[in-house]
Amino acid sequence: MKTHVTTDINDEAVEFLCEPQHTLLHVLRNELGLTGTKEGCGSGDCGACSVTVNGRLVCACLVLAVEADGAKIGTIEGVANRDSLHIIQEKYLEHAALQCGICTPGLIVSTQALLEENPNPTEQEARYFLAGNLCRCTGYDKIIRAVMDAAQCLRQGA
Amino acid sequence: MTGTSYRSPESIEEAVDLLAASSGTVDILAGGTDLIIQMQGSIGDQRLIINVKHISEMMQATLTDDALLLGPAMCCAELTSRADIKQWFPGLIESAYLIGSSQVQGRASVGGNLCNASPAADTIPALIALGAVCHIVGPSGERSVNAEDFVTGVSSNCMADNELLRCIQIARPEPNTADAYLRFIPRSEMDIAVAGAAVSVTVNDGVCTSARVAIGAVATTALLVPAAAAALVGSDLGEDALDAAAAASTLAAKPITDRRGTVEFRKHIVGVLTKRAAGIAAARARGN
Amino acid sequence: MSEAKQYKYIGQRTIRPDGFDKVTGRANYGADLSLPGMLWGKVLRSPYAHALITKLDTSRAEAHPDVLAVAGFEDFPSVNAEAFAAGNGDSGMLDLARNILADKKVLYHGHAIVAVAARTEEAAAQALQLIDVEYEVLPPVMSIEQAIKEDAAVLHEDMFTQGLADTPSAPSNIASRMELKKGDVAAGFAQADIIVEREFSTPTVHQGYIEPHATTVRFDDNGPSMVWCPTQGHFDVRASTARLLNMELGQIKVVASEIGGGFGGKTTVYLEPVALVLSRKAGRPVKMVMSRDEVFRASGPASASKSRIKIGAKSDGTLTAVEASLYYEAGAFKGSPMAPGCMTVFTPYDVENMWVEGFDVVVNKAKAAAYRAPGAPQAEFAAEMVMNELAEKLAMDPIDLRLLNAAKAGTQTLYGPKLKEVGLVQCLQAAKTSEQYQTVLASGEGRGVAAGFWFNIGGQSSVIINMNSDGTGTILEGSPDIGGSRASMQMMAAEELGIPLDRLNPIVTDTEHVAYNATTGGSRTTFATGMAVVEACQDVVAQLKSRAASMWNVTSEQVDWQDGSAINLAGEDVMTLAEICAAAEKTGGQISGRGNINARGAGPSFAVHLCDVWVDRDTGKTDVVRYTAIQDAGKAIHPGYVEGQFQGGAAQGIGWALNEEYIYDDNGIMENAGFLDYRVPLASDLPSIDTIIVEVPNAFHPFGVRGVGETGIIPPLAAVGTAVSDAIGLPIETLPCSPPRVLKLLQEAAK
Repeated sequence: MKTHVTTDINDEAVEFLCEPQHTLLHVLRNELGLTGTKEGCGSGDCGACSVTVNGRLVCACLVLAVEADGAKIGTIEGVANRDSLHIIQEKYLEHAALQCGICTPGLIVSTQALLEENPNPTEQEARYFLAGNLCRCTGYDKIIRAVMDAAQCLRQGA
Repeated sequence: MTGTSYRSPESIEEAVDLLAASSGTVDILAGGTDLIIQMQGSIGDQRLIINVKHISEMMQATLTDDALLLGPAMCCAELTSRADIKQWFPGLIESAYLIGSSQVQGRASVGGNLCNASPAADTIPALIALGAVCHIVGPSGERSVNAEDFVTGVSSNCMADNELLRCIQIARPEPNTADAYLRFIPRSEMDIAVAGAAVSVTVNDGVCTSARVAIGAVATTALLVPAAAAALVGSDLGEDALDAAAAASTLAAKPITDRRGTVEFRKHIVGVLTKRAAGIAAARARGN
Repeated sequence: MSEAKQYKYIGQRTIRPDGFDKVTGRANYGADLSLPGMLWGKVLRSPYAHALITKLDTSRAEAHPDVLAVAGFEDFPSVNAEAFAAGNGDSGMLDLARNILADKKVLYHGHAIVAVAARTEEAAAQALQLIDVEYEVLPPVMSIEQAIKEDAAVLHEDMFTQGLADTPSAPSNIASRMELKKGDVAAGFAQADIIVEREFSTPTVHQGYIEPHATTVRFDDNGPSMVWCPTQGHFDVRASTARLLNMELGQIKVVASEIGGGFGGKTTVYLEPVALVLSRKAGRPVKMVMSRDEVFRASGPASASKSRIKIGAKSDGTLTAVEASLYYEAGAFKGSPMAPGCMTVFTPYDVENMWVEGFDVVVNKAKAAAYRAPGAPQAEFAAEMVMNELAEKLAMDPIDLRLLNAAKAGTQTLYGPKLKEVGLVQCLQAAKTSEQYQTVLASGEGRGVAAGFWFNIGGQSSVIINMNSDGTGTILEGSPDIGGSRASMQMMAAEELGIPLDRLNPIVTDTEHVAYNATTGGSRTTFATGMAVVEACQDVVAQLKSRAASMWNVTSEQVDWQDGSAINLAGEDVMTLAEICAAAEKTGGQISGRGNINARGAGPSFAVHLCDVWVDRDTGKTDVVRYTAIQDAGKAIHPGYVEGQFQGGAAQGIGWALNEEYIYDDNGIMENAGFLDYRVPLASDLPSIDTIIVEVPNAFHPFGVRGVGETGIIPPLAAVGTAVSDAIGLPIETLPCSPPRVLKLLQEAAK
């Protein structure tokens, strides 16, 4: 039986109907057209579907859509401010920290969560915080450089 | 088409009533990191999902003068950010920090880890080493079970279908007491434990006066290993005592061979981990 | 082409033109397209590794109210075993068909049997449960050793080993044997002062692209049918799909979505022809998306291998003879990368006497697909391990041993050509003076060095550049951009035309807007499609000069092109590209350039990697503590993405060496078909991967480019393997060097 859900996605009020067993990832992608959140595994092992729920970083494949009721959801589509990129997005581009780009939305959402929680991470802390975001193209080197650079810019209030 | 329904009660009483009233499959949604994956393989089943994350008492952790009262559905990310709890129980925090990724820790809970009853669960050995007590509520009232008795087998626990884990209580550590948890995985993160060991020790005047050792992923349930603890108690927690504790853990382990490790490998590793975790706990207890 | 030439854009770290869409979530990948009225397709897969299908009844599924179509092998009318047996078939196409929908026999766990299309994903999944299949289970053949035994169960009754001196009379699991030789190895070994011989094995591994295979298709009787999919080669998807469905190329339009990683694994088809059959039958668009489990079980992993390497040398380190026997698992159908393995195994070295044999062996595993320098990592791992053992036994520095024997311009390769200018010596020298090689190892650490060689390819590329009246231009290319190639196309075109980067918009078009392009693979795109871009630019410039000439009333020969402007050599006039484009309407219409080529002269790329590890001797666990990748790029168009290729290859190779492997149970069922237990490297598993770009220009490319995508995965296997061996003081013969395996070596040595 479909359930009515009222939620907030990227600071916009959103309503949808969903089956109770459907995941937030399924609804974001297939019902709401927010395909920036990617599915790589469906089991919480790759991080491509990283989103925030009430400010906390989670895998959308491990959240039921019904749980969004009354919650605030943040997705990759909400990271940039209209056409101006977030500094994290700019740094990913500047450092060539993406190749195919499928993991990039999840990594950027995770990087934002990392830097909100820990504005001055060590490289090791960044690597462990982002361990749940698999990237098969880059070997992570340039991603970590982008993260550290973005962290420094954000600390300096850039 | 499917018979799945969903409720999110706001009180323990409401949750207990829902449990009592339902027939068929009922699943408690705490973190959901195990449940949602399990649900994928069972399309079309009748089931009721009860989300307990709107019950505030289950989402809180309170430090009283003599105990930690841990809401079983509080997510690990919140728990591991609590410096006050970490000061008391560094090993418990280590075990919660090791569950999955940052994303998984944003959902997964200690109570969920316990109730899901995986042999490889990271927090269960830590809870056992700390002598945690599980408070269970059901239609006929409340009861308490020690952590080492809570899990009864692979994916099974001591609760009846109509019962709910309400609170995990851990007594405040005695002076000069500390815990530690270590697990072994092939990578640095993300894997399921191949073996795990939690140790809590009390050290007075250089002598270990009390110890608890628990091991994980080496039997159908996490095991309390009194022989390993006995090897530590009365000793100076030197190399010989740690080796003896390691040998006791290796002997107590009854692992299986699977894709994550062989019997021989797991028995060896659980000894290494026991020794190392005991060394860390000892250093902490001595205040180093 | 001159080395002294100063470039304006080439060699800069520009922002990739597709970057904005990729960091904002706007970019559309394989599973991101939905169409009105779309159905969901799902595949019923074999629960057995090896079995005959004795009964297949889909009637209950077809009766499901939400099911609109069912597809099976018989829906590929143009390929069938009878035609093949009669000599009228393409066995490769028959195997392809039988791989994506089984024909009477299932050959691996997860082998596709039939597919259904239904109104919802749930209904499609339910319908699969309504399909009745009965099997006669056969013994699974799960390794090379099992497969080549005399009494092994035979996967294909019609497979007779090719390449033997005598025509075999009985079917075999060995699909073919090949042999390459040069000089006289027996004489060479007789001259040797020292001979090292050792056997090795490597596991089945997966490319591990994060994006599962997916497709959305719409069959259309009245026009081209549409196939949307993430692929490394949409023209080849079109060719395979057309062939299987008996359609003409012009009846199918394939749109390459953004692609979420491929590494060779997205160079074939699994879902696309099946989805199009379902769409044709249902009269509705159909979407199919593989689960991660399906990707592991039923897409194409990389071959497991067994090898024997024998190397003889003089006491001064001069190699006198090399010999290899290489066995590759092809999976369920013939066609492992055994041949490139044989061709690459010893190519880093100039040796007079060489002999290599290779075997292509079928087993009950998913059909292997290409994976980054296919065949080379397995073979060169073994050869490089022996080279390092030889260096140790000769008490020589392993880089010095390689420098002494390094292949260079003029070296006669075992597989055919003599090498032109190549950069191995320069890579070895750079490795020797690198920061890492100067760093003294800490206690418990070990170091490994290894070289790698890959040919790289050229092939067909077709590019059109359309200029607009304001002087902006659109580059239409047909090479799916898997790692930033649009950036390099934009840079090469801007350099050639002499206009700013942002005036040019590179687009990977569908199969209708440019002529055929070979699949993105073989590290060919920046090389070959780059050449086509340059040729299209030259075509544009020729037209621009001609238009300027007509306006100046001079001949084209009297017009020069410099920095984006035409210059009248007969006068003082200068006209910018934008000015000429603005006047195009009056000088003969709009300007388009075309570059349709079959690129020759791909330059091989050599690499040298350094790996330092620390091994926990109590647990057998290896930590990579320092890593440097050095490789010849010819000319790095975009150094950032070139480094990224080195680093990505290194990370995949490290995973292959340390923890990645398919684990099967006794029944041939994969036990770790997910990212939880198929352990690719994480951010926290790796150190910084330092890079050194060596640039020995490839004379056949206008900017000197060599492909860089693949070589980087070759050296890590032996660099890591040797580092672990060095740390524990014991030989490594089997990958991965997972903790249980390393601990076992330590424990056995302690006994």
